Amino acid sequence: MTTVETAAGATKTMVLNMGPQHPSTHGVLRVLLELDGETVVSAIPDLGYLHTGIEKSCEDKTYSQAITLTDRMDYLNPLGNNLVYCLAVEKLLGLEIPKRAQYVRVMMVELQRISSHLVWLGTHAIDMGAMSVFLYCFREREEILKIFELFAGQRMMTSYIRIGGLALEPPAGWRAVVDRLLKMMPSRIDEYESLLTGNRIWMGRLKGVGYISPEDAVALSMTGPTLRAAGIPYDNRKVFPYSSYDEFEFDVPTRTESDCFARYLVRVLEMRESLKIVRQAMNKITEDGPFKAEAPGIIPPAREKMKTEMEALIYHFKIFTEGFSPAPGEVFVTVESPRGELGCFVASDGSPKPLRVHFRSPSYINLQALPKLTTGQLISDVVACIGTIDIVLGDVDR
Amino acid sequence: MISFLTSNAYWIIWLVKIALLLFIVLTVNAYLTWFERKVVAHMQSRWGPHRVGPHGLLQPLADGAKFLLKEDPTPAGVDKFTYFLAPLMALALALTSIAIIPFGPEPLHIFGQTITLGIADLNIGILALFAITALSVYGVALAGWSSNSKYPLLGGLRSSAQMISYELALTMSVVGVLLMAGSFNLRDIIGAQSQHPERGLLGWNLWPQILGFICFFVAAVAETNRVPFDLPEAESELVAGFHTEYASFKFAMFFIAEYTSMITVSCLCTIMFFGGWLSPFPASWTFTHYLPSAILIPLGLWVIWDGLRYETVFGKLVLPGIGTVMLALGAALIAFPAVNEFIQGPFWLLGKILVFLFVYVWMRGTLPRFRYDQLMSFGWKLLLPVSIANVILTAFVLLWRGAQ
Repeated sequence: MTTVETAAGATKTMVLNMGPQHPSTHGVLRVLLELDGETVVSAIPDLGYLHTGIEKSCEDKTYSQAITLTDRMDYLNPLGNNLVYCLAVEKLLGLEIPKRAQYVRVMMVELQRISSHLVWLGTHAIDMGAMSVFLYCFREREEILKIFELFAGQRMMTSYIRIGGLALEPPAGWRAVVDRLLKMMPSRIDEYESLLTGNRIWMGRLKGVGYISPEDAVALSMTGPTLRAAGIPYDNRKVFPYSSYDEFEFDVPTRTESDCFARYLVRVLEMRESLKIVRQAMNKITEDGPFKAEAPGIIPPAREKMKTEMEALIYHFKIFTEGFSPAPGEVFVTVESPRGELGCFVASDGSPKPLRVHFRSPSYINLQALPKLTTGQLISDVVACIGTIDIVLGDVDR
Repeated sequence: MISFLTSNAYWIIWLVKIALLLFIVLTVNAYLTWFERKVVAHMQSRWGPHRVGPHGLLQPLADGAKFLLKEDPTPAGVDKFTYFLAPLMALALALTSIAIIPFGPEPLHIFGQTITLGIADLNIGILALFAITALSVYGVALAGWSSNSKYPLLGGLRSSAQMISYELALTMSVVGVLLMAGSFNLRDIIGAQSQHPERGLLGWNLWPQILGFICFFVAAVAETNRVPFDLPEAESELVAGFHTEYASFKFAMFFIAEYTSMITVSCLCTIMFFGGWLSPFPASWTFTHYLPSAILIPLGLWVIWDGLRYETVFGKLVLPGIGTVMLALGAALIAFPAVNEFIQGPFWLLGKILVFLFVYVWMRGTLPRFRYDQLMSFGWKLLLPVSIANVILTAFVLLWRGAQ
């Protein structure tokens, strides 16, 4: 329980406890606002209301079992969480992933980025009072979730990306479904923009609100669209390409205003760029080929092999009862999640369970900027700032 | 008995009219929520209420029952008297303001009595109306203050400031209309717009007072705390604003008050700028008098057809029933020309009010919300000067015309 001493004297200001149950703190964030009238004198984010202990729980699971926990961390980006964890473990094991699986991973993660940005745009719009955009965004997100269901059998907690490749072969007829989405999305994004971008009220609410200087943004180690809206084109997909991102052509949209409106524009442009990447990935994915690496004792063998080869059956049994044991060591891998740089640290002591798993979550680190963004602004701007940082509380408290 | 009725006819008519109007307004209120939810839902590619009754038509009843049966907790530390007074005040004032609205041109002659459509025909009509709506800020401010909670307090403060600021622009924007009519009486204002019946809708105040209308409508939306000016109850900032701590029927009172003031404002817009009960067509186009029938009969047929293919037995029974009533009404209007003539005024008035209510709902589906400081500067720096300029302009034009 955090309490505050009012800076300007007890009689002049009022402390407003925004959250943990509040419609626009996007989960259970508690912000202690010291107000002078409606002006924010200071803002203190108070975390921990959604602490799940996922990092600690990972230590008691085998490497494969822990994947299902990562799904539940940043619940708008489960595939991205799967990816960063699997990349870390694969680096620990020194596995080489087939190109086909890498392209499918890229496609899925980019679809996930679009769906995450759609949720962001919808919830941010409803925070600003634009109710319809929320439902339009969720309508399109539904289509993306249907694609996930087609691929993984699950809409949200997919656990589709596994150590060494993918859980399943891409399903029959997936190209037509993804193609339909790609054809539909550009006009739908235009629709949101026609409701918002040129809207005087929308501009009035966001322009010049929540400014942070590029220096401060770097000093607070902010990443993702929030940093790129400050004019710094830092994107892990370009800087440290993973999963064959260097083979894809896309731009990293940036703005220089560094206010809430710039962050909004960057995210909308990112959705359009992601569509380009999905299209390219779709063309690169071949009809046939392996969808997971060949590594006996680490990757579960194919079903057919188990029925004919004794070794395969033994490996299958060992992987699912005991797990596999990477050599002792530690790795750190980063990817670009929809919210910024998502890092995963895995340490191994040579046992089948990780010694330590830690995630560098972008929501948690970007949230540090909240006091800086909101001081001196109005209550309504606090809502806009929390919105445009794009926090997911599951990602903040792991 | 009969002699008692005839000797006290004045009071009885009066009481019956009040009871009838209250009943109609509250019913319209209830169905306005249904209308709003349905229209917004279809704008947002949803279905809206469709579980209770055919097409969700009984949803308002279910909501009403829920409001009545819910537990009504009183938070600790509230100022009891004001806490109870606030919703009562909001509701009473909102309902009172409806009394001044006239609903039709011709009085009804029945049982040898003359009955005017509308309760109070005041010669200071518009002034009285503004006086009542100005008082309604007390309901909101007291609710915010007495709840002993921070979000309602902020909501109450916001809305007091907002309503007082926009009150000015609202009043100034109708001064042009008053100058043109030379009267405060709402009937006279409509009468002034009917001087050229051959021009139809071109004779309305809307055209010479277009500036005044825009100011009036914007200020009126702000006055009723609706999107994009719904800051007092901005749910993403202040949870529910001034009525956060209210539950059950006390909350329903605020809710009804808000919707009633929406209806009042729509009535005012119609009367001041859109010719009230005047038909938009030139008076020589008598065939337009059959428009009520031309709408009712196809609509009735459609409702019957829709009801026959409805899934539930209840819908199969109720919807064709409603359709048949509509059909019969439409036919009756053709059969009795006198009734048809009488119905013209109220028909157009209600039609126009419905259009305004639709615009309200439409805005809710489209626009984001203003910020508090933007709202204030918009009201004081733009709306008020423009409406004052409109007054001066109108006054000059009237003087110049008079001098000629």
